[in-house]
This record gives sequence, C-alpha cells and structure tokens, in this order.
Amino acid sequence: MQLVLEKRAERSGTIALVSPLIAIGLTIVTMVILFAILGKNPLLALHAYFIAPLTDSYSLQEIAVKATPLVMIAIGLSLCYLANAWNIGAEGQFLIGAVAGSWIAVKTQGTDAGAWVLPAMLVLAAAAGALYALIPAICKVKFGASEILTSLMLVYVADLFLDYLVRGPWRDPHGFNFPTTAEFDPVATVPLLIEGGRLHLGSIIALLVVAAAAILLGRTIKGFEIRVVGAAPRAARFGGFNANQLIILTFAVSGALAGLAGIIEVAGPVGHLQPGISPGYGFTAIIVAFLGRLNPLGILIAGLFLALTFIGGEQAQIAMKIPLDVTKVFQGILLFYVLACDSLILYRFKLVFPNRQVASGTH
Amino acid sequence: MQAHQRMLDPTPNGLHSGESPLLQTLGLTKRYGDFLANDSIDIDIWPKEIHALLGENGAGKSTLVKAIYGLIQPSAGEIRWQGERIALSGPSEARTRGIGMVFQHFSLFDNLTVAENVALGLDGKESFKDMSARLEQVSKTYGLPLDPRREVWQLSVGERQRIEIVRALMQDPKFLILDEPTAVLTPQEADQLFIVLERLKAEGRAILYISHKLEEVKRLCDTATILRGGKKVDTCNPRLETAPSLARMMVGGEIKEVKAPAGRQTTVPRLVVNDLSLAPSEAHGVRLEHISFELKGGEILGIAGVAGNGQDELFAALSGERLSRDPGTVVIEGIAAGHLSITQRRKLGAAFVPEERLGHGTAPRMKLSENALLTGHAASGMVHHGFIDTAATLKTVDRATETFDVRKAKRDPEAASLSGGNLQKFIVGREILRNPAVLVVSQPTWGVDAGAAAVIRQALLDLATAGAAVLVTSQDLDELAEIADRIAVMFHGRLSAPLARSEATREKLGLLMGGSSLEPKEAAHAVGA
Repeated sequence: MQLVLEKRAERSGTIALVSPLIAIGLTIVTMVILFAILGKNPLLALHAYFIAPLTDSYSLQEIAVKATPLVMIAIGLSLCYLANAWNIGAEGQFLIGAVAGSWIAVKTQGTDAGAWVLPAMLVLAAAAGALYALIPAICKVKFGASEILTSLMLVYVADLFLDYLVRGPWRDPHGFNFPTTAEFDPVATVPLLIEGGRLHLGSIIALLVVAAAAILLGRTIKGFEIRVVGAAPRAARFGGFNANQLIILTFAVSGALAGLAGIIEVAGPVGHLQPGISPGYGFTAIIVAFLGRLNPLGILIAGLFLALTFIGGEQAQIAMKIPLDVTKVFQGILLFYVLACDSLILYRFKLVFPNRQVASGTH
Repeated sequence: MQAHQRMLDPTPNGLHSGESPLLQTLGLTKRYGDFLANDSIDIDIWPKEIHALLGENGAGKSTLVKAIYGLIQPSAGEIRWQGERIALSGPSEARTRGIGMVFQHFSLFDNLTVAENVALGLDGKESFKDMSARLEQVSKTYGLPLDPRREVWQLSVGERQRIEIVRALMQDPKFLILDEPTAVLTPQEADQLFIVLERLKAEGRAILYISHKLEEVKRLCDTATILRGGKKVDTCNPRLETAPSLARMMVGGEIKEVKAPAGRQTTVPRLVVNDLSLAPSEAHGVRLEHISFELKGGEILGIAGVAGNGQDELFAALSGERLSRDPGTVVIEGIAAGHLSITQRRKLGAAFVPEERLGHGTAPRMKLSENALLTGHAASGMVHHGFIDTAATLKTVDRATETFDVRKAKRDPEAASLSGGNLQKFIVGREILRNPAVLVVSQPTWGVDAGAAAVIRQALLDLATAGAAVLVTSQDLDELAEIADRIAVMFHGRLSAPLARSEATREKLGLLMGGSSLEPKEAAHAVGA
C-alpha cells in the first residue's frame, strides 16, 4: 500500500477555499503540542490567543488597527506574487514610507502649516515606498539580479537609515535622549474614527485598497495581465503582455502601498517616528498574502486573523507568561502549512494497492 | 482470467506455431485514476518481426511501450519475456534483458560530443576509449555514419536520431522499440532508416514500430496491432490491408474528407516578408537568413522542413514575439510591421496559432473565456476602457464551441482539461472567428486525432476561400499536400523558393528538407560550403 499524489484534471475550487482552513487547523494542532511541551495548559493558551481578544471592544479595535498595515501591504504583495515577481522587502518599503512621510511632519512641526500636511505625508510616503521598491525591480529587469535577495537586503538598509535619523538629526531635543522624533502635530496625525478609541482613518483606506484590488484583478485587462504573466509566461508574451513592465509596475504598486501603510502606522497609532515601529508587518504580510490565497477578500480575512495572533500573543504573554516569540513561531508554522496545503488544489491524495490481483496469483 | 481470450487469438500468418514469442503482454492494464490508459492488452512480438503499433493520439500506445520498457508499472496483467514472466524495475533492467528503446524526443546534451552522450546513456563499465571505438564500429556496420567527436548542437535532427539508435544498438538488444522515428526525418532519411531496420530484422531482432503513417507501416511492417481508446482493436497483416481500412480501425469510423471549396481566387498580397534575417535569441538557436516570400489573399502557403530548422524563429518573427530592427521585413496588409508588437500586428488583422497548445497558445490553468481574451483583447471588442466584457469572452467560447465542435465537460472549463484535439479546435476557432486577414499557423494538427485534424484543415481552407492569406508550417507533408497551394521548405534558417503544389513531389521536397538544392549547379556549391 502506498500513498501517492495524483494530479487533478482541473484545479479544485472547493479545496482552494478550504485549504487555508486546513492549514489553520494543522497549525493549531501543532501549537497545542508546542504549548504542552512548554508546560502550559494548551486549552487556556488557545483561549488567550484566539478567544479572549474577541471579547472586549478595545481588543477588537486593536485587531483592526493591527490588520490595517498587514492588509495594505499584503494586497500589494499579492499583485507581485500573482505576476511571479517576488517582493520580499515590503518591510523596508514600509519603513522608507514612514521616514519620507515623517520628514514633512518633522519639518512642519510647530509651524502653522494647514490641513495639507497629512495628505502630503501620505502621497510622499507612497512615492518613496514605490521608488524604494523600484530598486530591486530595475535590478531584476536590467541585470537579472534576483529580486528576492535585493529586496530583502534593502530592508536592513531602510531599518538602519531610520535608526540613524531618530538618533541623529531628527531626535526630539526634549525627548530625554530617547531615539524618537517629537510627537507629530495634530495636522500631521491620522484622525481617529471614534473619539477616545483606537480605530483610525487608515482602516478605511485599507478597505478601499481591498475593493480596488478586487476590481483590478477581477474586472480589468490589467488584472488579467498580472494573472496570466504569472500563470503562463510564454502564453502571456503570446498575448502581447510584457513581463518586465509588469515587474516594474507591481513592485511600484506594492512599494507604494507598503510606504502608505508605514506612514499611516507612524502618523496614526504610534504618533511619532522611532525604531521598532513595525513588529515585522512587512514579513507577516507575506503570510497574509498566501493565507488569503492572493485574493483581495481572502487577504482581508487573513489580515484580521494574523492581527488576532499579534493581540492574542500579547495577552498570552501577560496572562500565562508565554514568550511573545511564540507568535512568530505560530506565524511561521502557519505559512509552512499554507504552502503545503496548496498542493492539494492541483493534486489529491490517493491510496494505491499495486498489482493486488497479480501479486496474489504468483506468490 | 484473460487467458482464454489469448488462446483464441490467431497467430498472424501462422508462422510461429510451436515457438514462444520474444515478448508477450497478457491482459496488460494501466489505470490513471478513473482513466484506463491500457485496457487488458494482449500483444505478441516474435523474433525477426517488425511489429507496428498503430493508434491515434491518446489510444494508449505510449503507455503500452512505457510499461514494456519498465518506465511505468502496469496496474494489472503481465509481461512475458522469452516465455518467462518478468516485472521490470526500470528501464535499466529492460536494457539488461535486451529491450532497447528510441524515444521520439531525444535525451541528448547539446554541449557534449556524440561519444560523451552515448557514454552517459550506457550502463556498462568499459573505458571511454573502448566505448568510442565500439561506437564507430557499430555506426559503420549499420550504415549510420556518426562522428563521435562532434558536439550534438552541430548535428541535424536526423543525425541526433542516429545517436539514439546507435546508443540502443550498442547494447545489442533483441528487441527494439521505436517511437515515431520518421516524424523528424526527410523522406530520403526515412528510406535509409528502413534499410537499417530491415537489416536488424534479418539479424533476428524484433522491432516494435510506433507510427501513424499508414503507407510506411504497410511498406515496412509484418504485423500491426491497432489500439483505440486504450483497447486493442485488432492484430493484422498490414500488407493485406489498405490505408483507409487501417485508418478506419484506428479511428473507429469514417473520417470526413477535406475538400477545397471551389472558386478560390487569389487577391492582393496580404503578408509580405522581405529579406528577413534575425540572429538567434538563444545559444544554438537558428539564425534566420534572407527570408522572402509573398502571400496573397485566398492562398495557402505551406512551409515544410524538419523541426529545428528555424520554423519556431520564423513564427516568432512573424508574430512579433521577436521584433525586427527593420520595419519593412514584415509587411501585413501593406503596412510595414517588423517593429510592431504582437498586439499591434493583431490590430492590423493578423492572427497566430503557435505549435504548443498548452503554455504558449493558451494558459493551461485558465478558463477558455480567459484564453479567448488572451488574444482577443487586442481587437475583438472584449475590453472597454480597460474593463473586461465577460459576456463577450464567453460568447467567443460558445461560438468556437459551436462552429468547430469543441467537446468539453462544461461551458467554460480550464484549457488544460480539454483533449489535445478539442483544445486545438478551440485555439484555431478563437483566431478564425476574429476574421483575420492573415493567419500564421504552426503545426496545426500536431498530436491531434484524425477527426479534429479534418475539421481544422477544412477550416483553414474555408478561411482562405473567404479571402484570407494563410501560412501553414508543418512537418507533415501529407497535410501540406492536402491544403497548401504552394510549398516552400525551411533548412538551416533559409527558405526555398515555393513550389506549386503540382510540382512539389515528395522527392523534391525531401531533397530540399535535407539541404540539397534542386538546381545542379547550386547543389555543387552547397556541398562545398
């Protein structure tokens, strides 16, 4: 008896929907084992992770706040991945966007600059993120450099650049030497949706981005171009689509969205520029993109789910002294299972009993 | 279980009574999921026999020989070798036992020499020097001339096939399987191959000869086993059959005859190629050299030639997948288009059907409607202000389905789920429904069942009758003879002057395909070069 993977005649639509759920199920089983090994009660830990955050308004808002950058970045990444362009450097584009937008906030600090400040910050952040993402894209198209490596390496460049600015030229003179800029002025801050709450305008922008991506991919010829270049490059060339132009375009768009997410995070929940503004949003968004099946609606759901693990992780740390790093372990295992379960869309498991009749005849 | 069936099987010619066959399959069955690729096949192969295996694409020929060569394990049934039941662990065991195989697609390394390639394929432990000497000796003995020191990329397709045959012969097989060996040969090269095969037969070896060229089988083979839909239809003596009777057994019915509609008239030139030269885009690619021809509306020009002589490069240059620096090299509908993209050429009224159906002509995992959009977005009203008109794409699918009898499980399945013939009908239909002024089509019926092939050829003829200019590249000379008004031959990136169909005999075309010139003076020149 033998277990074989058998190719399906046509991709299974049901499995395409169910596979992320199977992956989540397998991840939870693995986590239960991990909690048990750590000597924690698995049921209580799962409760802290997945149930407790859903029970109070503050945590629910916090989930939406955390999901906002994840969803925005993941939408951009999904466009890249659909087109077979591998942008791994969204974290860097996020940070550069945050830096570029903050530049306006820092320069207008304490002046009587008007309502144009925040929109200008958003535009500049998106432009900076796009330009930063174009570096690996152009290296790929012109010189054939692996965009996976170059985009990833630029993350550390952006990280250190931000570090330099907040420890050096932009440091708040009244900040007791902490590496941070001064708190942004109100005109340089993303407005809250509910007075005294956590939810801010960025979440609305993220929803608009999801809707725009759904229309782009489902209804427009550009979206079709993105999908066909990734799915069948030679057929795409035959269709008259230029893969190199598309690498440039998708990198620029995903860089812009990551940059936008960066400034919204800084000018929103954080309120000033400082190191550590991202708990790895740019990397977690990769998981969000794949868990969401590179589908805008799927990404929205997956973004909320991954945000839940961030909040749940904090609660589990407070309530049960489970290390915060377990959240990252959880996210890593989840990506692993998501990719593994994807093979079930094109293949199915089958038990094979080779040559049953024949074997009984001779031996 | 299947034994009684076999006993009733008449031995062809009654020649072999008393002896046991060299190789025998009994109730050989191979199942892929719910699909029976081979359904209880019995076949007997005797020494000193050239045994044809006939059948359409998908009839189960490849599955059967793969099982015999140990590449796949049968799901049920057995294989007997010299009367003894065997279970082959893999091709190397098959070779050790004396079963050799020459595949249709060669497995050779372009950058290695002939001798190095042969050494890689042999399991023995002899020194490279001894092996090279033996290689030269075997190639001389059988009249298969090969220079062991040459690198494979310099060789013609026919020479490459010789490497594969010599490699198989160096293991002194008792039984040799050849998968469509003449598909890549000129008629003259095929004749030479037949002499070699006759000689192998005279030495007492058996040959299983897979083909769908019926005249060839009648000429060469002693026995023919016909498969259809995974089942054995019959075993017969092909010399006692006619080509139509063999075809009927293969197809299971009559094939519709292709008829050139009356009243076809040539009009203005719609596709003109002027002195087109193009450097190869990849290492060991073919350089196109000074290609010129003119194609009028209402006319079908056939381009014959052995694969790999620049046909793919010509297709890319005509379609715009590769651009030419000089716009005037390709003129579509009177407009210089050498520098224009494939989309712009489509807007001028050109349509293209590439050789590869999956991955080039269509995106395999996308729906037919999306594949209609793939080429239709240029000029078929499927896109308005950047938005896709899904109804229009579905309408194209429905029209192609209806007009060209595309059979599929649902209205809009993925391209990869269609059979080769039905997908090809869809692709050809998709392009013809755009009413092109110029249609460039490469290997239109390659690997397609006879019914679909007839539909496609008829469609090309009808399109020409309606006034379009049609350029057909094909390796199948019978196909070109059936539909083309003129036939030119590609060799080493050059295109011969077209011959009218009445002048284009197999012999003349064969000479051109082998690189000879039809004019004696130039022929002497060519040998010198």
